[in-house]
Amino acid sequence: MPEATKADDDRHDGVQIDLISGERMEGLASMEKIRMILDGVHDGNIVILEEGLTPDEESRLIEVTMAEISPDEFNGIEIETYPKSGTRDSSLLGRIMGNDESPKKLTVIGPANQIETLHKDETLISALVSRS
Amino acid sequence: MGLFTGLKDSISRATDRLFSEQEPKRIGIYGPPNAGKTTLANRIARDWTGDAIGTESHIPHETRRARRKEDVEIERNGKSVTIDIVDTPGVTTKVDYEEFTDEMEKDDAIRRSREATEGVAEAMHWLREDVDGVIYVLDSAEDPITQVNTMLIGIIESRDLPVLIFANKIDLPESSVKRIEDAFPQHKTVPLSAKEGENMDEVYENIAEYFG
Repeated sequence: MPEATKADDDRHDGVQIDLISGERMEGLASMEKIRMILDGVHDGNIVILEEGLTPDEESRLIEVTMAEISPDEFNGIEIETYPKSGTRDSSLLGRIMGNDESPKKLTVIGPANQIETLHKDETLISALVSRS
Repeated sequence: MGLFTGLKDSISRATDRLFSEQEPKRIGIYGPPNAGKTTLANRIARDWTGDAIGTESHIPHETRRARRKEDVEIERNGKSVTIDIVDTPGVTTKVDYEEFTDEMEKDDAIRRSREATEGVAEAMHWLREDVDGVIYVLDSAEDPITQVNTMLIGIIESRDLPVLIFANKIDLPESSVKRIEDAFPQHKTVPLSAKEGENMDEVYENIAEYFG
């Protein structure tokens, strides 16, 4: 995250939260998004995506996360997204046009050893974040 | 391209399609760790081929590599399907070797966790590239609304893969099939106990009908 530096980490001894706008993610390729997320998480940050990821990107995020797990260093991610409400009701046209994988959902991602979900429903994600 | 060459290519493509339709369908067994995927895979394989696929265990990530049982022909009510069963490691977003150190030495725990991560990565890759349908196994005694389940079902749906949800462990007193039906109402849910062999007739009926 070029703009959100960790320069003050030592001084504040806190947890950095990266709130990434949909606009910022819009121009990135899938692997660039995943790299941005995992680089933040590796630094101990909590990453909040305004518009989430597509199912394909979620699948690749799990795959890349698994490749980077290392004993005593990084044991994976905790990820929470508002669940889809109700059944899929997308139109045939929408599916044909490829509009079916709407990423319009807020997603919270953090290091598995630092973030714990306390409560989640369709409108609220409540998480406890601890320092590593 | 000449007329003859074009015709030859066209016939070749049609022949390939004909044969590919006769090939077994690769059905991936997916789900969270300890839902009973290997127990179910073994039950199906034993019932139709006489051989098991892999080792069953209460320890998470006993299945660290996907295992395949080929050419399993399932017949029920006049319908039949030949499938390759692919038993996959439980999908998760985190693997901590310290979870296994109560059961084994640290070196073994680290090796197990490394193998588990490679297995999950493979399973995710194959879900995108290499399966024709999915049996999604859930422990009916556990809350099905977890991020991993929601994500995995979403990934499967986005690929338009046929999916059957199996609500396993109905022999447990705290089992609730309705909780799973309510969580994923858009998919058929079949209750069963892979361990006890309960309701396997309905399981096979649905496999033959759904993937056949």
